[in-house]
Amino acid sequence: MAQFPERPSAWGGLATLLDTPQKRYAAIAVILVAMAVAPYIFGSYGTVILTNALLYVLLALGLNIVVGYAGLLDLGFAAFFAVGAYTVGITTLHFGLNFWLALPLAVLLAIVAGIVIGAPTLRLRSDYLAIVTLGFGEIVRITARNLRETGGASGLIGIDSPWLFGWHIRTPLDFYYVFCALAILGVIASVRLANSRLGRAWLYVRHDEDAAEAMGINRVKVKLAAYVVGAIYGSIGGAFFAANLGAISPESFSFRQSVLILMAVILGGMGKIPGVILGAFIVILAPELLRDFGDLRLLIFAVGLLLIMLFRPSGIWPARSKR
Amino acid sequence: MSIFDIFTNQLLNGIVLGSFYALVALGYTMVFGVVKLLNFAHGELYMVGGFAGFLVLSFLAPYLGPGWLGVAVSLVLAMIAVGFLGVVIERVAYAPMLSAPRLSILITALAVSLVLQNGMLTLTKGQYVPFGAALGFGGVKLGNLFISYNQMILVGVAAALMLALELFVSRTQYGRAMRAVSVDKDMARLMGINVNAVIAITFFLGSALAAAAGSMAGAYYGSLWYFMGFLIGLKAFTAAVIGGIGSIPGAMLGGLILGLLESFGTQLPGVGSEWKDVFSFSVLILVLVFKPTGLLGKPEQERM
Repeated sequence: MAQFPERPSAWGGLATLLDTPQKRYAAIAVILVAMAVAPYIFGSYGTVILTNALLYVLLALGLNIVVGYAGLLDLGFAAFFAVGAYTVGITTLHFGLNFWLALPLAVLLAIVAGIVIGAPTLRLRSDYLAIVTLGFGEIVRITARNLRETGGASGLIGIDSPWLFGWHIRTPLDFYYVFCALAILGVIASVRLANSRLGRAWLYVRHDEDAAEAMGINRVKVKLAAYVVGAIYGSIGGAFFAANLGAISPESFSFRQSVLILMAVILGGMGKIPGVILGAFIVILAPELLRDFGDLRLLIFAVGLLLIMLFRPSGIWPARSKR
Repeated sequence: MSIFDIFTNQLLNGIVLGSFYALVALGYTMVFGVVKLLNFAHGELYMVGGFAGFLVLSFLAPYLGPGWLGVAVSLVLAMIAVGFLGVVIERVAYAPMLSAPRLSILITALAVSLVLQNGMLTLTKGQYVPFGAALGFGGVKLGNLFISYNQMILVGVAAALMLALELFVSRTQYGRAMRAVSVDKDMARLMGINVNAVIAITFFLGSALAAAAGSMAGAYYGSLWYFMGFLIGLKAFTAAVIGGIGSIPGAMLGGLILGLLESFGTQLPGVGSEWKDVFSFSVLILVLVFKPTGLLGKPEQERM
């Protein structure tokens, strides 16, 4: 009898490694403690780098839903990141809006942008979609560059840091913990989505669109859902990015940004959450370690990406162990 | 300047721009026709072609001079070199992936493009490189319209290359084999066509045309940059889609249409040159949404 392959787990091989609840709780406790004490071990510069890595974890988790779960290549993911950042920047600076009111507005706008660009194009061939998203990313960046409201090429400065129940989130350490919380929420949402009805629909659509359609899955709707969820992740990342730095400029949202996020997803292993987290950390930490290489580091990443695709398309994170 | 002068000037600009787009679009369309692959690295081949032309010219300039003869010889040598580079890329990166899921091929193509782009970034340290051609500033004046000899030769060479390609594809045995492979690869193989050779020829020709455009752009605009392939890659893809991807006359037509749309589009009130790229990408999205088969393309079912 034919052996049916098991459904891939969002946890990669971790689920078989941590097979009892005790082991799982222990692993979670170790990770939480490590996250809590990391700033005191790595110092203030290390904290800033780690915060950036956690931002990338959040962005990569979002793109992973589009690329890893639904199998759509998005080359303009930075556009949603930009929508989030600029919405918070403009509404708090020009309209004096509170950050916590600007945040849902940013998410809403990103959802609208996701639907506007996704609804007509998700019916297209997958490679057309890749180019359209690339074009869309450039449209957003150039628009941000040319409009007066977005501050043109120099961008926006002086974005206020938010308050949360009397806690003024402003030091790098504060933001480190905020991004820790965001990354944890991002992971939980990703896992829940992967195990949901929608997550299974993404899996079917990724493997065989026509068979999925025949099973009664509306593929355009399902793909659009992936696109919109990705947009939500991207805009939340962008909103907190703007609040953290206090300044944003169009070049933070260039094609290179989209490529870096995509690299984080693919290098670690698309579709697998530990892989995506590993990828985000590689993309952010490797430049710190390779600082002496200067421009070479992007070339190293690019060659790494090519080698991964040719020899280990499932990414660096090990495939699930066979039982 | 009168409205008529603006019109003729923009017409000329559009034709020059369109010639570049058309040359690059041809490579997209040919590769797509034969292997159904969107070669993201194609814009980078244009960039590498520009640098290859620059390199050859800097070696040859002491013997042939930086004028027309030197540029023409460097153009041909750059086309040959980049043509082989295209074949190597196909063999190393794309051939092992042709049966893999489409997402993997697309990411591989993107990776190739990033390797070329960042390789050149490392070599040039991100600086603009002067091309070093000296072609003079002569030209012909027709009323208020000044057409430089450079523009005439550029458009003439582009037209000659496209005509040669069209004759190659429609009249020669290899061209027929290429058309057969684009219709049905497996059936063509059963008919005794060496499919791998046809794919290699296709990549060679497509890459060589991109290199021709890159070298001419270097000589015409005077400088080169590692990122110059990105935008034209996107624009040429737009041109290929407008004309109907997979169709060779379509790519030429699409290139010309996009060049004219851009040069006239920037004259529209409120568009302006800073919105030029937004204008082109919007055209791309609109064409893909409303007429994804383009002007001369045939409807196609996505591979199952």
